Amino acid sequence: MCLAIPALIKSIEGKEADAEIGGVTRRISLWLTPEAKVGDYVLIHTGYAINVLDKEEAEETLKLFEEIAQFDEVEG
Amino acid sequence: MKYISEFRCSELAEGLIHQIHRKSKTPARFMEFCGGHTVTIFKFGIRQVLPKTIEMVSGPGCPVCVTATADLDKAIALAQIPNVIITTFGDMLKVPGSRSSLQKAKADGADVRMVYSTMDALKIAEDNPSKSVVFLGIGFETTAPTIAASVLQAEVQGIKNYYVLSMHKLCPPIIRTILDSGEVKLHGLICPGHVSAIIGSHPWDFIAQNYHIPCVVSGFEPLDILQCVDMLVTQIENGESKVEIAYKRGVRPEGNQQALKLMDKVFETCPAHWRGIGEIAATGLKLRKQYQRFDAELAFEIEPGPTCEPNGCICGEVLRGVKTPLDCHLFRKVCTPQSPVGPCMVSSEGSCSAYYLYGGDFGGQDSARPRQRGKASSRADKAKLC
Repeated sequence: MCLAIPALIKSIEGKEADAEIGGVTRRISLWLTPEAKVGDYVLIHTGYAINVLDKEEAEETLKLFEEIAQFDEVEG
Repeated sequence: MKYISEFRCSELAEGLIHQIHRKSKTPARFMEFCGGHTVTIFKFGIRQVLPKTIEMVSGPGCPVCVTATADLDKAIALAQIPNVIITTFGDMLKVPGSRSSLQKAKADGADVRMVYSTMDALKIAEDNPSKSVVFLGIGFETTAPTIAASVLQAEVQGIKNYYVLSMHKLCPPIIRTILDSGEVKLHGLICPGHVSAIIGSHPWDFIAQNYHIPCVVSGFEPLDILQCVDMLVTQIENGESKVEIAYKRGVRPEGNQQALKLMDKVFETCPAHWRGIGEIAATGLKLRKQYQRFDAELAFEIEPGPTCEPNGCICGEVLRGVKTPLDCHLFRKVCTPQSPVGPCMVSSEGSCSAYYLYGGDFGGQDSARPRQRGKASSRADKAKLC
C-alpha cells in the first residue's frame, strides 16, 4: 500500500503535472512536492508526488555498489 | 537513470551478497516492517541468499492487514446507506468483514468504486453532487498526507459531498508496542522507505537509542534491501545501534516538510485499533475539529453490528512477527488469494499472500539456504535479480 514508483515530470500546470510512468503519461498532484520541476523524477504514491528523487544520491549509491562488486572480484 | 532497473542488477547484487556473507558472524533477527519490503524479499529470493546467521521476520507494515474487522464492518455498513458512494483503494475490496466484504456489498447493490487516488474520489464527488462520496482512509504516514491534501482540495473547491472515514495508522509508535511486548526479539529493523520519505529518519531514533536496535531505512528494489541488510550487519558486528538511510535518493533525514505540514493541519492523533494488537493510544489519525464536516463517522449513523473474527485465522500473530503463515492451519488449504479468510492473504503486501505467491515449496523458509558462494540459489535464479 505504501507502494511508490519513480515517474518523470513532463509538464506542470498549477498544482498538477503530467508525469511519465513506464511509457504511460498520467496526471499527478504536486500538493506535497511544490518544489518539483519539469525533468525531475518524483516518487508517485496514489497519484501524488511524495518526494523528488535525488539523482546525485542515486549515482553515489550505485558507485558504492560497483566498488563493492569490484572488491568482490579481486577477493574472489 | 530510471531509478528501477539500475537497482536490480544481479552482478552488483552478488557483490553485496558476498560482502554480507564475509561480514556476518553474529546470529541476528531482522524485521522488515513494511509489506512492500516483504514482497521484494520474497519475489527476488533474498531470504535464500543471506547467510545462515541472518533470520528475517515480517512485521505489521501492511495497512490493509492491520485494519481491524470492526473498522472494516463500519466501511461495509456505510456502503449500505442509500445515496452513499464508497471510494477505496482496490486492496480493501476483498477483505472479509464479520459478515460481508465491500466486494459482496457491491454485488448486493452498494455503490463501491475502486479508485487509484483521492483525486479520482474528488472527481466522483464533483460529478455526483446529489450523492455522498466517502473515501476509505486506509494507510500509514505515506498515504495520510495525500488524504489530507484531498480534504484541503475539497475545501478550496467547495466540494461539500466528500467525506473521509479515517482509519490511518502511525508506524513508529506501533513498533514501540511490539518491542515492549517482548514477544519477538529483534536485532535490527528495516524501516519503511516510503513512510520515511514523509516522516524522515529521526522518528526511528528512539529505537536505536532506547532499545539499542540498529535501524536502516530501505528502498524497495533488491539492491536496496541487500544494502540495508549489509548496513545492519555492519552495525551489529561493530556493536553499534544507530539510524541510517540506505535509500538516500528517496529519503531525507528531515522527511517531506510540506507533507508533514498538511498532515498536521488536517489530522490529529487518536487511539487506533490494530488487528492482532488491539487498541493502542496515539497510533491513529482523526480529522481535526475544523475539518470535522469531512468526517464520515460524524456525518452518518453507522451501525456495523457485532464484530466476529474469522475462526482459525492467525493474521494477528503473523502481523506481530510471532508466527509465519506456515504455522496457520488454513494457509493454502482453506485460505487462498481466490478465497481469503484473513487480510494478510488479500493484500498484495500481506505476508500470507507473499508466502503463497513466492514461497514455493519452501514457503520462503530457511530450508532453501544456504547458497554456495558465487552461485545464486535456485529461487533467486528463478526470480532473476536483473
